[in-house]
Amino acid sequence: MFSLKDKKLANEIVSKIKKLDVNLKFMHVCGTHQDSLVKHGLDSLLKKCGVKIGQGPGCPVCVTTPREIEEMLILARNGKIVTSFGDMINVPGETESLRSMRTEGCDVRTVYGIEDAVEIAQKNPGKDVVFMAVGFETTAPTTAAVILKNPPDNFSILCCHRTVPEALEAIIKMGEIKIDGLIEPGHVSTIIGSKPYEFLSKDYKVPQVIAGFEPIDILMGAWMLVQQIEKGKAFVQNEYTRVVHAEGNVKAQQAIKDVFEQGDIKWRGFPVIPKSSLDLRSNFVKYDARKKFEDDLVELKEKEFTEPDGCRCGELLRGLVSPFDCPLFGQACTPSTPVGPCMVSIEGSCNIEYRYKEK
Amino acid sequence: MCLAIPGKIIEFDKNKEHATVDYGDGTKRKANVTLVDVKIGDYILVHAGFAIEVLNEKDALETLDLFREMLSQEEN
Repeated sequence: MFSLKDKKLANEIVSKIKKLDVNLKFMHVCGTHQDSLVKHGLDSLLKKCGVKIGQGPGCPVCVTTPREIEEMLILARNGKIVTSFGDMINVPGETESLRSMRTEGCDVRTVYGIEDAVEIAQKNPGKDVVFMAVGFETTAPTTAAVILKNPPDNFSILCCHRTVPEALEAIIKMGEIKIDGLIEPGHVSTIIGSKPYEFLSKDYKVPQVIAGFEPIDILMGAWMLVQQIEKGKAFVQNEYTRVVHAEGNVKAQQAIKDVFEQGDIKWRGFPVIPKSSLDLRSNFVKYDARKKFEDDLVELKEKEFTEPDGCRCGELLRGLVSPFDCPLFGQACTPSTPVGPCMVSIEGSCNIEYRYKEK
Repeated sequence: MCLAIPGKIIEFDKNKEHATVDYGDGTKRKANVTLVDVKIGDYILVHAGFAIEVLNEKDALETLDLFREMLSQEEN
């Protein structure tokens, strides 16, 4: 439809940033941004201009907790047909992953979206079908739209949806890392618009830019953040105007409101982040796998979970380390033998670094 | 996870809840269009089988001009 590959413009942006002689650290929260940064060498290009950009807790598969994975493993072991996106199925639990459970005869299926999982439920009326609903605000409305259409009674979801602005506030409040500016995720913003980020600029004086995923988008995003800082300003700017509207997708927001309510939830690498989960409202309880299969899951109630030995995914998701700081990276932990989720998911920093730099 | 791919709507299903989307490389796939208001010929952004936004071709084409304008304004 259109192309955003303009080398001259890219060089112009880079030389303008370079002239300002800055030393800044930006965070983004999107695997697709990370992919573009590494694939096109923008991370090293910007670093030379005094701008470091790193990925925070911006990969839904990566921030899903060991507890949630264990819940799915138990449901699979107890005879349910369990379904999820491909990457999720490969994340190691304490002893195995959903994929490895297939060898024990468990029915684990990869789906492209929630509608595929509903179709499986329709075709298997005698079986319980559970969909692991992971994802940020981009994915939550797809779950909501399906729940509002009364899927069959043998269908339910293990709800793991999380919201981005609340996690950003948590990471700022933790104060472990200097964040001079935030590059906001383009497709989350497609749904929520720009307003939900405004409190971060107002309360914490953090400049923010919603950016697209082409190299020019990311360079422009960095440039816009640098400009805000140079002028002593902090507000939400939209670089991705060809897709993101200030008000977002109102229909999708309504679907989210109709189906979910805000709750508190732990993110991998983080403590419980207040109001950062989307939980099914009580009128949809029959689709809530945690309620429906309470007896199956009771064994996890008091269980404490720890991260895999030596895995630094938690610190990586808080922006404290890079994949190269982890002794397991590229050695014990590779995409075919992942230890932590950031090496599994194609949106995880480790997987991205490995794909483009280690090969 | 939040990856979304642009495509063009070429045909609606009877119930109007789904449409056939042409992704331009010969790939055609059904997408749920209940989260957007669309007509045939519209470009949409598809995520996990759902259209999540309608793309405005005019805005897209003007993007680079907008960037150039912003960069020159900052200099003044």
